[in-house]
Amino acid sequence: MPAIEILGLEKIYQVGFWRKRPKVALRPLNLTVEDGEIFGFLGPNGAGKTTTLKLLMGLIFPTAGSARILGRDWTDAEVKAQIGFLPEQPYFYDHLTAHELLNYYAQLSGVPAKERSHRVESTLQKVALPDVKGVQLRKFSKGMLQRIGIAQAILHDPKLVFFDEPMSGLDPMGRREVRDLMEQLKQEGKTVFFSTHILSDAEALCDRVAIIHKGELRGVGAIEDLTSTVKGKVELTWQGAQVPSAIKALGAECHLSGDTIRAIIDESKQEAAIDALRRERTRLISLTPLRTSLETYFLEKLRHAETTAGRSS
Amino acid sequence: MNNRIAHIASNTFREAVRDRVLYNLIAFAVLLSAAAIFVGQISIEIEKLVVINLGLTAVSLFGIVIAIFIGIGLVSKEIEKRTLYTVLSRPVRRWEFIIGKFFGLTGTLVVNTFFMAIGVFGALLYVSHKFVRADALIFVALYFIILEFIIICSLSLLFSSFSTPLLSAVFAFSLFVIGSFAEDLRGFAAMTHGFTRWLATGAAYLIPNFSALNIVSSIAHAQPVPSQLILHNSLYALFYAAMALSGAVIIFEYRNLK
Repeated sequence: MPAIEILGLEKIYQVGFWRKRPKVALRPLNLTVEDGEIFGFLGPNGAGKTTTLKLLMGLIFPTAGSARILGRDWTDAEVKAQIGFLPEQPYFYDHLTAHELLNYYAQLSGVPAKERSHRVESTLQKVALPDVKGVQLRKFSKGMLQRIGIAQAILHDPKLVFFDEPMSGLDPMGRREVRDLMEQLKQEGKTVFFSTHILSDAEALCDRVAIIHKGELRGVGAIEDLTSTVKGKVELTWQGAQVPSAIKALGAECHLSGDTIRAIIDESKQEAAIDALRRERTRLISLTPLRTSLETYFLEKLRHAETTAGRSS
Repeated sequence: MNNRIAHIASNTFREAVRDRVLYNLIAFAVLLSAAAIFVGQISIEIEKLVVINLGLTAVSLFGIVIAIFIGIGLVSKEIEKRTLYTVLSRPVRRWEFIIGKFFGLTGTLVVNTFFMAIGVFGALLYVSHKFVRADALIFVALYFIILEFIIICSLSLLFSSFSTPLLSAVFAFSLFVIGSFAEDLRGFAAMTHGFTRWLATGAAYLIPNFSALNIVSSIAHAQPVPSQLILHNSLYALFYAAMALSGAVIIFEYRNLK
């Protein structure tokens, strides 16, 4: 059973005061997230990531479409007892202490009274905030608030966790801890759906990703599958003291080191480069395809979307 | 009461009692009750009347200000600050949130009224040196003041569910002022004819009748309160609040959060 099934979810806002005009925030979105995976929802700012999350949380209502979460209708309030949600740049009741806040959320999530205190303590430990007893949230730094946000999302031991930009506001150490926490959640059998525009985080964590741009899904799949669709580069290494002019003509990026030359060229020019080296009678040491990064794929998709939009207009 | 409603109510209460503005207002109301003693001293023979009148009016007015001040921000502030996101992403229905907020605010006002009433009774004891049986009528006046708060809390929540805090405050306070002259508006409606009569009658019955809930003056004169009035006012306040809360719930159920 998939953890999330999004079935044609669409959101169009009516903007303008006198003459209302439609503004598409999310085009019909179909997406399935499998149980137990870490799924990255990627896109630049304003792409529709937060809109999708708000729709799934029932904070805004769709123009069309529906969804199923953990096999149940998404509008079923009880299904929310099994999900956790960290909003983007979360705000909390700043008159409360971390313990009071988490206790309140535990109450609302239906955590039994006798378990609450232990659950609050262990969750604060988990997000590396053990010594905040009695301190009101108004005195917390941005990074600490982000940790509290993560704590409230996992406090009630949900099966599915939604994180909207979870690394935002965290220092490198904090980001590392959140990445470890997500891995831990996966090991516990939970599904993690997180939105981000930091591609290195997605690349390090995700089993699968989806790319959204201007409210439209541009690609979805495992990172290796997605990146393999983009023509990459290859690295050629051979023995020699000078770069042949034919190789230079191919636009190669060459590095000389002792009697070894290393050149990086487009995959499409690979055969031409080998022929050129043969003609020069040089000894080819290696030919290595360079892995296309998620960033390359992402930028390629965005460029393609811009070109398509440019042509249609 | 539904557990989630109780938890939201208790958090609303906690939020309100940690607001410094609340203490300033209560302190001011208690000070005004104390000031009634001095006003009473220059009002020969009618000290007690002045103390009851001024004291209960202060309780009512400051309670209304607190109800509006806190009530208008209850929903809009949560939307603005996005604290609502982490509440509604839990198994909390939107109507439970509104009802919980209402009980939390009403609870805050009942507790405030209790402390402000201590100030009034203290001032009364100071000028009369003892309590008499007729002073028990003050409890009825306080009960009616709480009914006023129940109506104004529900109205503040209603306005807060679709408007900005500033506009909500203007709407709620305007309704309080107009509602204080509801009997006059009904009298005016009875004197008019045709379309104006329909309009005035409609408006007179639509606005909350705060004038029926204000018995401070008759209590100050130790006039008894008919039990029928207590029953009618109780039912009226509960019905009016239920209608306003239903409106707030309906609006909030369909509202897209920013």
